[in-house]
Amino acid sequence: MKVSVVRNILEANERIAEQNKALFRQHHLLVINLMSSPGAGKTSLLEKTIDALNKDLRIGVIEGDIQSTSDAERIARKGVPAVQINTGGACHLDGNMIRETFPEFDFSRLDLLVVENVGNLVCPAEFKVGEDFKAMILSVAEGDDKPSKYPLMFHESKVLLINKIDLLPYVDCSVEKIMKDSLNINPELAIFQVSCKTGEGLGEWYRWLQERVKEKSQAFKNESQG
Amino acid sequence: MSRHGATGLRSVRLNIGEMSAIVPESLSFCFEIIVQGTPLEGAKLLMDRVALKGYCPHCEETFDIKDFVFVCPACGGTAIETIQGQELSIVEMEVE
Repeated sequence: MKVSVVRNILEANERIAEQNKALFRQHHLLVINLMSSPGAGKTSLLEKTIDALNKDLRIGVIEGDIQSTSDAERIARKGVPAVQINTGGACHLDGNMIRETFPEFDFSRLDLLVVENVGNLVCPAEFKVGEDFKAMILSVAEGDDKPSKYPLMFHESKVLLINKIDLLPYVDCSVEKIMKDSLNINPELAIFQVSCKTGEGLGEWYRWLQERVKEKSQAFKNESQG
Repeated sequence: MSRHGATGLRSVRLNIGEMSAIVPESLSFCFEIIVQGTPLEGAKLLMDRVALKGYCPHCEETFDIKDFVFVCPACGGTAIETIQGQELSIVEMEVE
């Protein structure tokens, strides 16, 4: 006997992610799911971003790694709340792992929560954690073939930061190719060329991010007035 | 299974989108191992790949997305909605 089912296998995760999202909304909190390969510069970008925006925005960070607490310690040194998740082997974060960190935060005292995913260009793109949007970093040292090799991640992201542009004289990587291929996969993608080492290009990223936070709180105000 | 009066599972059919991070061979391999020694032992895992398709709200064109280019071939529109090709879903089970 054949039984028709039609159920999304990731449904259980998506349900938790929706609950997380509803909670974040209550606190008017913008939540970003930050993804990249290992070593592309996620934590460095966060350190720079916190230094630049800490006066204007109240930022919190969830750090995801297979093992170690070094990233959360780096972030905590900046004086912002940071919680480390150790997945103990899993290559991505999911909605439930994020939910388990909630007792550690006072969301009413935050404007922006960044979830730094496990370094991996594949699985994190499949799992929602309750974010407003996904952001990704690609460093030029990884090569310009990454958009065509890992299209899902580029498709799922709202913004791409091309990092380590200070290394361009030393690596065979065409930023034009990265931009062209990523925009084919995701024509609406916002792209910034940055160097977390020299600070080049970061100003535009900070302004873009501040706009997104403003947009989120504005949307909430409109809703509560409407 | 017992709740639904079934005694065994013959097969499960999945839809796997072209743009999903799923490797059918790996899934098959894990499935065979995981069902060993359970009432599901012997069940077949059948997988259908689902091609990536987009819809352009601007000109209402539905089209196959080739090489992950999310641009409407008819009008060049870029606000493309993915209508299929990202699924990982169970569509059918055959029980006895």
